[in-house]
Amino acid sequence: MKTELEAMKKNIAGLAESLGQVTIMEVCGTHTASIRKYAIRELLPGNVKLVSGPGCPVCVTPEQDIAAAITLAEREEVVFACFGDMMRVPWGERSLYSLYERGKDIRIVTSPLDALRIAREHPGREVVYFGIGFETTAPLTAALIEAADECGMENLSVFCAHKTIPPAIMQLLKGGSSIAALLCPGHVATIIGAQAFAFVADELKLPAAVAGFEAYEIMAALLCLLQMLHRGERKCVNMYPRAVTEQGNRVALALLDQVFEPCDAIWRGLGEIEGSGLRIKERYRKFDAACKFKTVLGGVVDGAGEAPGCICARILRGQSIPTDCPHFGGACQPERPLGPCMASSEGSCAAYYRYGG
Amino acid sequence: MEERITLAHGAGGEAYRELVQELFLPAYGNEMLEPLTDAAICSGSSVIAMTTDSFVVKPLFFPGGDLGRLCVSGTVNDLAVSGACPKYISVGMIIEAGFAMETLRRLVASIAATAREAGVSVVTGDTKVVEGGAADGIFINTAGIGVFLNGRKPLAQKIAPGDKIIITGYMASHGMAVLAARENMDFNPPIESDVAPLSALIDQVLQADSAINAMRDPTRGGVAATLFEWVTPETDIVIEEQSLPVRPDVAAACAILGMDPLYIANEGIVLLSVPARDAESVLRILQSVERGKHAAIIGEVREGGGSVYALTEYGTHRRIMMPRGELLPRIC
Repeated sequence: MKTELEAMKKNIAGLAESLGQVTIMEVCGTHTASIRKYAIRELLPGNVKLVSGPGCPVCVTPEQDIAAAITLAEREEVVFACFGDMMRVPWGERSLYSLYERGKDIRIVTSPLDALRIAREHPGREVVYFGIGFETTAPLTAALIEAADECGMENLSVFCAHKTIPPAIMQLLKGGSSIAALLCPGHVATIIGAQAFAFVADELKLPAAVAGFEAYEIMAALLCLLQMLHRGERKCVNMYPRAVTEQGNRVALALLDQVFEPCDAIWRGLGEIEGSGLRIKERYRKFDAACKFKTVLGGVVDGAGEAPGCICARILRGQSIPTDCPHFGGACQPERPLGPCMASSEGSCAAYYRYGG
Repeated sequence: MEERITLAHGAGGEAYRELVQELFLPAYGNEMLEPLTDAAICSGSSVIAMTTDSFVVKPLFFPGGDLGRLCVSGTVNDLAVSGACPKYISVGMIIEAGFAMETLRRLVASIAATAREAGVSVVTGDTKVVEGGAADGIFINTAGIGVFLNGRKPLAQKIAPGDKIIITGYMASHGMAVLAARENMDFNPPIESDVAPLSALIDQVLQADSAINAMRDPTRGGVAATLFEWVTPETDIVIEEQSLPVRPDVAAACAILGMDPLYIANEGIVLLSVPARDAESVLRILQSVERGKHAAIIGEVREGGGSVYALTEYGTHRRIMMPRGELLPRIC
């Protein structure tokens, strides 16, 4: 593998010579982490730059959703279930983790379906699951809602902040940017299929490659992008065929369609993006925490504001890298983050921090 | 005896006496404990090693171990890595009223068995009972004393450029086993902890008179935390990522949860920093013992500026950062 990698490194360097400055964006938190973990930039020539886009679902969750989650988690009757990454995202002085430390009943789950078990075990309490993530985790939330409906669960609801990636890419890159090519998210593509990223080539006129997460897979995808740039081609190539098909996972897509419908959603750093959110369909509305706790959440405003000087929004747009931030590694560290990109282990700042900025 | 712990068991009266006579003494029995005096009188050397540790693990029983095995192993290993021979331990318990007597029996049996395995005597102890809700079932504190045998001296615990870093077995097994059990992750087969007293393994190395510059059990914060404790402003530690031994099931669980095995707690392995000329012989000694058969040289100490690096399998370098905060499983 090392020899193959050496060969790819050489090829990339050769192609880059004729290209000037090339900025390639990845829009998947796991890619960001892998790139840092394997120190991929050591294998690339100086004029090939990698920047992260809005690929970390925790990071793009807007403050008002964090505020709502904290408001729900604080309620006496609520058992709040969420993924571990969400725990440290700050809302002013508070975070889910700070509530957990004070003894609030907050459960870290590794699958949404855990919430079903918790609800069964606590019939007298209200279990609220925080639905976070892109097309990778949304089918599991859909499965949770379907299962809850099937067994007539009364004490379970989902606070749904799921988002879909393609509309965000469209919004971010339409009308031109400094991004020359796109490394497409392998995990999301396993669900929605490689063809779901064809618009990057067809409409945005950028080379795109769906990539896996091993060093050689990322390098192979980068090489493919540089070859396209060199030849002036604009295609979307599936460089992760061992996991990704053209059409995606039909079962998961059918489940998404059964439970959710598209809605407009606010992304931290990007603002409101048309059709980029997933809303629970009318038929399953009784499992929608936003409806169930409507009166409670009505008063929640995002008064806490983002930390002064935090540049997460610029980072999520690929306009800055974490080390550009004056707080990086100083006032802002993984166990006391100022912004979401440091709070989530998939966030760019956390990846830079963990693997040496 | 009653089937549940009551406040009376901590009140020093008949119930307490019964607990000591019927549970603790038969399990731990030795001539230093049996007089039940206020302090145990033990023989020793002029230089002793002493340590203490409190254990609050959840769940109390997990695949491969339990709180009883853990509270003996943790203290024994702290003594052993200082170069001492662990001899005596104390067992202090804070128990919640309502705690099942059967569970306590199982924990005490595990403490006794682990103490026998480690060659230490439980020479003193204490039991307090708090009202229900004031503690999470049971907390155990153990303190331990070790002596220096055969003219051995405490280790300098100072690494030097040229040292090889040796690990005595698979890393991250304990931390991932407890996490998986606590969070009901249902890995099949379950991930087993390797929690164990390592005094016998360490004694093998010390007996051979090998030069050992530093030795530590990488518990909380994992291997990374120990490397950071060792590295000095004049040295760098470079770890070869490919040579880090991780059991396949543990590696898979770490990958699923987005956790780096370098930062996961261990209770059944030791890290050693050994001058290069002795490294191979120390490795062979370790590998000749069952608990050390997966021992490996994982890196080396170089002159440098106080950093810890990983050399990836692709020949690239990345800095390893100091572990911070509690690790939380991630999303996708």
